Amino acid sequence: MAHSARKDSPELPDFSMLKRLAKDQLIYLLEQLPGKKDLFIEADLMSPLDRIANVSTLRQHEVDKLYKVEYKPVISNSDQLCFLIRPRIQTVKWICDVVNADKAAGKARSYKIIFTSQKFYACDAVLEEQGIFGDVTTDEWPFYLLPLDEDIISLELPEFFRDNFLAGDQRWVRTASNALHLLHSLYGPFSKVYGIGRCSKMVYESWRQIKEGEQKTDKVDIGKVFLIDRDVDYVTPLCSQVVYEGLVDDIFRIKCGCVELGPDVTSSDKSIKVMLNSQDKVFNEIRNEHFSNVFGFLSQKARNLQTAYDKRRGMDIQQMKTFVSEELKGLKQEHRLLSLHIGASESIMKKKTKQDFQELLKTEHSLLEGFEIRECISFIEEHINRQISMIESLRLLCLLSITENGLLPKDYRSLKAQYLKSYGINHLLTFANLRQLGLLVEQQPGETLTAMESKVGKLVNDKTAGKLTDAFSSLAKKSNFRALSRKLNLVPKSDEEYDLRVPRDMAYIFSGAYVPLSCKLIEQVLERDGWTGLEEVTRLLNAHEFAGPGSNGADLAAKNDAQRTILVMFLGGCTYSEISALRFLGRERGFKFIVVTTAITNSSRLIEALLDNHV
Amino acid sequence: MAFITANWNPLGEAFFRKTELYDMCWNIRDGLRDSLVAAAPYGGPIALLREPHRRSPSSRPQLEIYSASGLAITSFPWKSGPVVQLGWTVSDELLCVQEDGTVLIYDLFGSFKRHFSMGQEVVQSQVLEAKVFHSPYGTGVAIVTGSSRFTLTTNIDDLKLRRLPEVPGLQGKPCCWVVLTQDRQTKVLLSTGPELYILDNTSCTAVYPPGLSPQTGSIVHMTVSFSYRYLALFTDTGYLWTGFSHLQEKLSEVDTKKTTVPKHMVWCRRPQSQQPSVVLMWDRLLMVVGQCNDTIQFPIEDPCVLVGELDGVRVINSTNQELLQEVPLVCQDIFKIASMAPGALLLEAHREYEKSSQKADEYLREIKEQSMLGEAVRQCVEAAGHEYDSNTQKSLLRAASFGKCFLTDFSPDQFVQTCRELRVLNAVRESSVGLPLTHTQFKQMTLQVLIDRLVYRQFYPLAMEICRYLKIPDYQGVSRVLKHWASCKVQQKDLSDEAIARAVCMKVGDSPGVSYSDIAAKAYESGRTELAIKLLDFEARSGEQVPLLLKMKRSQLALSKAVESGDTDLVYTVVSYLKSEMNRGDFFMTLRNQPVALSLYRQFCKLQEQDTLKDLYNQDDDHQELANYYISASYREKRLDTRLSILQSAVDEYNKAKNEFAAKATEDEMRLLRFQRKLDDEKGAGLLGLSVQATIEALLALGLHKQAEQLYKDFRVPDKRYWWLKLKSLAEKEEWEELEKFSKSKKSPIGYLAFVEVCMKHNNRYEAKKYVSKVTPEQKVKAHLAVSDLEGAAEVAIERRNDAEMGAVLVSCTASDQLLIDRLNRARAAATKK
Repeated sequence: MAHSARKDSPELPDFSMLKRLAKDQLIYLLEQLPGKKDLFIEADLMSPLDRIANVSTLRQHEVDKLYKVEYKPVISNSDQLCFLIRPRIQTVKWICDVVNADKAAGKARSYKIIFTSQKFYACDAVLEEQGIFGDVTTDEWPFYLLPLDEDIISLELPEFFRDNFLAGDQRWVRTASNALHLLHSLYGPFSKVYGIGRCSKMVYESWRQIKEGEQKTDKVDIGKVFLIDRDVDYVTPLCSQVVYEGLVDDIFRIKCGCVELGPDVTSSDKSIKVMLNSQDKVFNEIRNEHFSNVFGFLSQKARNLQTAYDKRRGMDIQQMKTFVSEELKGLKQEHRLLSLHIGASESIMKKKTKQDFQELLKTEHSLLEGFEIRECISFIEEHINRQISMIESLRLLCLLSITENGLLPKDYRSLKAQYLKSYGINHLLTFANLRQLGLLVEQQPGETLTAMESKVGKLVNDKTAGKLTDAFSSLAKKSNFRALSRKLNLVPKSDEEYDLRVPRDMAYIFSGAYVPLSCKLIEQVLERDGWTGLEEVTRLLNAHEFAGPGSNGADLAAKNDAQRTILVMFLGGCTYSEISALRFLGRERGFKFIVVTTAITNSSRLIEALLDNHV
Repeated sequence: MAFITANWNPLGEAFFRKTELYDMCWNIRDGLRDSLVAAAPYGGPIALLREPHRRSPSSRPQLEIYSASGLAITSFPWKSGPVVQLGWTVSDELLCVQEDGTVLIYDLFGSFKRHFSMGQEVVQSQVLEAKVFHSPYGTGVAIVTGSSRFTLTTNIDDLKLRRLPEVPGLQGKPCCWVVLTQDRQTKVLLSTGPELYILDNTSCTAVYPPGLSPQTGSIVHMTVSFSYRYLALFTDTGYLWTGFSHLQEKLSEVDTKKTTVPKHMVWCRRPQSQQPSVVLMWDRLLMVVGQCNDTIQFPIEDPCVLVGELDGVRVINSTNQELLQEVPLVCQDIFKIASMAPGALLLEAHREYEKSSQKADEYLREIKEQSMLGEAVRQCVEAAGHEYDSNTQKSLLRAASFGKCFLTDFSPDQFVQTCRELRVLNAVRESSVGLPLTHTQFKQMTLQVLIDRLVYRQFYPLAMEICRYLKIPDYQGVSRVLKHWASCKVQQKDLSDEAIARAVCMKVGDSPGVSYSDIAAKAYESGRTELAIKLLDFEARSGEQVPLLLKMKRSQLALSKAVESGDTDLVYTVVSYLKSEMNRGDFFMTLRNQPVALSLYRQFCKLQEQDTLKDLYNQDDDHQELANYYISASYREKRLDTRLSILQSAVDEYNKAKNEFAAKATEDEMRLLRFQRKLDDEKGAGLLGLSVQATIEALLALGLHKQAEQLYKDFRVPDKRYWWLKLKSLAEKEEWEELEKFSKSKKSPIGYLAFVEVCMKHNNRYEAKKYVSKVTPEQKVKAHLAVSDLEGAAEVAIERRNDAEMGAVLVSCTASDQLLIDRLNRARAAATKK
């Protein structure tokens, strides 16, 4: 790695316990239904499940056949059906159809639904409505957390973002606080909890309620916790990622810590699935690197590998024997990985070094800096007109709106009209969604909202005023990106050359053009041990910041190491770039960050979640 | 202390003693004559029904309930039918078995709780006799009816009536009968006079007690011991047979020389009994008959009631109450005259020690020589537990404490525990409390149950004192008592809501484990809704408040509390409750004030009830959302006409929402759809549903240039976009001539570099070159490079003296273009010079 870590960084806690726990719980549930059974698994639970319990484990517990939930009639001869699903009404309805179809055909089977991570009352209501409440047994599999890597834990709840921020549906808050509680009881007690955002605050409060009356363990692994809502910082996930891991995610889509590389990358005729985590030595060294360094690193690595291979020349038999038995396997492995990553890099290069990408990046950087906005707008216009990419265009529009604090009414209309002509009228709904989230809005003439708020605030008491403010802020979330950027110095001065080989600050993850707001906030708060001195910033963010004690009993002074292990929980998803930035920050300051997220996200996932073209 | 043995009566090897428990506080005029009496074991309450057979409505019999010490708890006139039998359940509830088979249940304070019937047929045949019995399954009731049939239930809380088979030859009620619980089965043992039968679920079997000679006559009375292990039979010739209740083994047979049937007959045993015996009572005589053929006879003046206990018999008469029991072995050892047991010596030693006599040492030595000091202490401690008189307890415990001083490694646990327990026992034995428990009973009953009973009798302060004294964790102790206290408090009708709420809050505070919502529920049950709401406010967990609030029909409050709790399931519960309770309008209005609930319900409607969603928006006059709803609905609609009309609704709504842009866009969409349909009808183009751009693209691909042009004009597609589309489409189809014509139609809004690039993309350098000349000067180098015309590129770059461009050309040069490279380098040098 180009930069060495501070020596006194604390060790990461062992998260494999979470997997073992989930596995044992699942097995217990499966054993509640003795005998052979067919298991239906919700599509997006397939990969997480694979991490917890593989097929042979399931077979051991008398799972006969495995099916994916595909909302089709079931063809199965087993007389016991078991469904492993998320608590979604759609899926429950499908199960109702299955059961009712069996009933009509006079087939008698037993059904068991295992909800993960919890069951919602609405699911029961659907079962009741469809008249099969008595025919099925239900259970909950409290599988909250999936460790993707030694420092990344995911709740694997992509719908958290849309449900919580767009639909205002707080059903997942409990899930998040339960997850936090699980971490607290295994690795806590936490001494301090910071956070920003409405949802974070709710999670924090709900968690405090749960943990009341809990016994604390004496072993402390995680000292501090930072909770952050995705809607605090939309800019960062909307930017193109240029750090290797983020790029791989943008282009190949990492799913549950695993990427499928197509034939064009593997230079063979079949796809290969590769696990991307710290076990992969090659990947571990390049994942946090700016892409421009990756090739150099890989070729260096190739040369080293060659030298290692070359060692066998001039070896006597004994040495050769040890070489073969000890080193060769490792080298072979490394060789395989290296060739894969080189293939992937080549493929990325092909896609990204083209003119378009450079211009795209240039536009993004101008937007972040606030220069040459008109050029940017015409670039976006062309982007839309040429139908380069439905998602990308939206992403640029959003980035433009956020950084510019809304679009001018004229631009707003014309860009929207162009977009609708390119991609169809159903995107009217998409635009409504984006507007609701404050991602793509019209500029308000003057600061009318604030003025009105304060006027109203004087008239009514504090509590209602708070509610009103919420209402207003959801009505049109104002972005004050420019002011924030000045306050927190998010955009470094561009006149200096930025050496991406030796990163100065977290901006390196965006080629030195922008320090991610989310990570900057975390840095500042940890530095100040609270929000004091950041009042202006929090006002601009219009967010609900808080800092409070974790456990009453937790000893602040004790276990210095644990106090430098910090859990960052992103509610609504985080990007690989942000994780890279936090890793960098950790190395600089001697912290260890553990990222817990509702799901790994990136610009496309974020935008796709807001599309309304599903029929 | 010779007097201790004064009331000891020898019976075989053992002694029996009568200990006075209470002078009864009650004042009963005619004694216990002519009354139905039920006294519960374990020092339970006493119920008394005077003259149960008096049936004139003018003077109803009086039902009275007393504590074991005779303290009146309640009394009320009996208004229901004639009562055959009274009995207490294990949880201190009074069962009154009526002649018609109805069993009424009252609590300790005489309030009616519920009733059940022993079967329909009983109404006709009437209950002749009934018995209340206790088994591991709870409290049971057995009856025999006028038609000589037995019916029983083993647990009145889980009522299952069992009608037992018929007994051959039985007319009317049997001579005597008992209920036995054996091998997890409940049976009835009955005597028809000469014959003895066992009745179980399925059969009636004649049985013969072993060793009972036929000459002894017929069995007229029987009794079974507290544990159902022993049975005693009394024959009309005065013989008393005792044996095991499974009737396989006989213990003894004694001739009592009494031929009248005893009024009461009860087993008097204790665990590790030396001399199990039976107590029989006649009008003026109480007789204890042991296995050793010996008897003790006590004359009695008053009618008595015998209550069988685990370790003795309580004898209650109108003035006092005594405990008749076998003297425990350890007490015998200590107090027996001239006993040399270590405990006795230790007691003596201590007595001498208090007199400051050196004899104390002698006694101690004697014990120590036998190394029995530990045993002596243990004996004293144990004996103290068995004694009822607190002075005796004290002297025994002091002796034990004294002896303990001479022992080095003796665990004090038992001593300490006994002291504590005795203190508790003495407190509850007080006449004002009236729970005459022995230590053995207390151990059997457990502390938890004792506290429950105290709570049930509303001795809250005492119960709390005991909890604190014995250091029971709050959760099981004080908090539990407080909870009951509060539940009782809220039912007091004479206090105002405010006062009660304040009192409860002050006492309960935030004791762990006391749920305000439970207390509130009690308040609501007793009809004090306002108080319940006040109490709920103290509940810290808002989630706990919701179910009760719903029950009290405070749905609005429930909803806001549910939202506060952050538990969406709870919110949803309330929402679905409201939905079924309220009319639609009110329901929507309620939701409107609760954004969280509203969005939750919307989410649900989106998946389940689309139409409700529409109504919801309608109600709110949310035209924007309503329009959006129509848009998404239009996509679900297959038929074009309907679709158009839905879109028209969307337009209307958008207009109402003053969203002109969206209205316009929607109108455009409608226009487009019509246009597409026309073309589809005419040419079968398959355009329906495409976007404007895609439509133009499709039209161009089909070669329908005119229509594409029309669309371009109608929909005011930007020139740039149209040019791009046409350019791409023509190149795609390789219609190069057409392309050239197009390029000349007017000045290209997208420039000509695009033409070059698109041509090159389709590998047509020849065509591409045509457009190079038209490219603007700034892009010319790029254009030349694009068609790989290095010379041309170099030419332009040099002409323009642009360093960057020259550099770009240089990069593209290969080694073979040495001439060109030199030229460029020269030009570059020249340019920089200037």
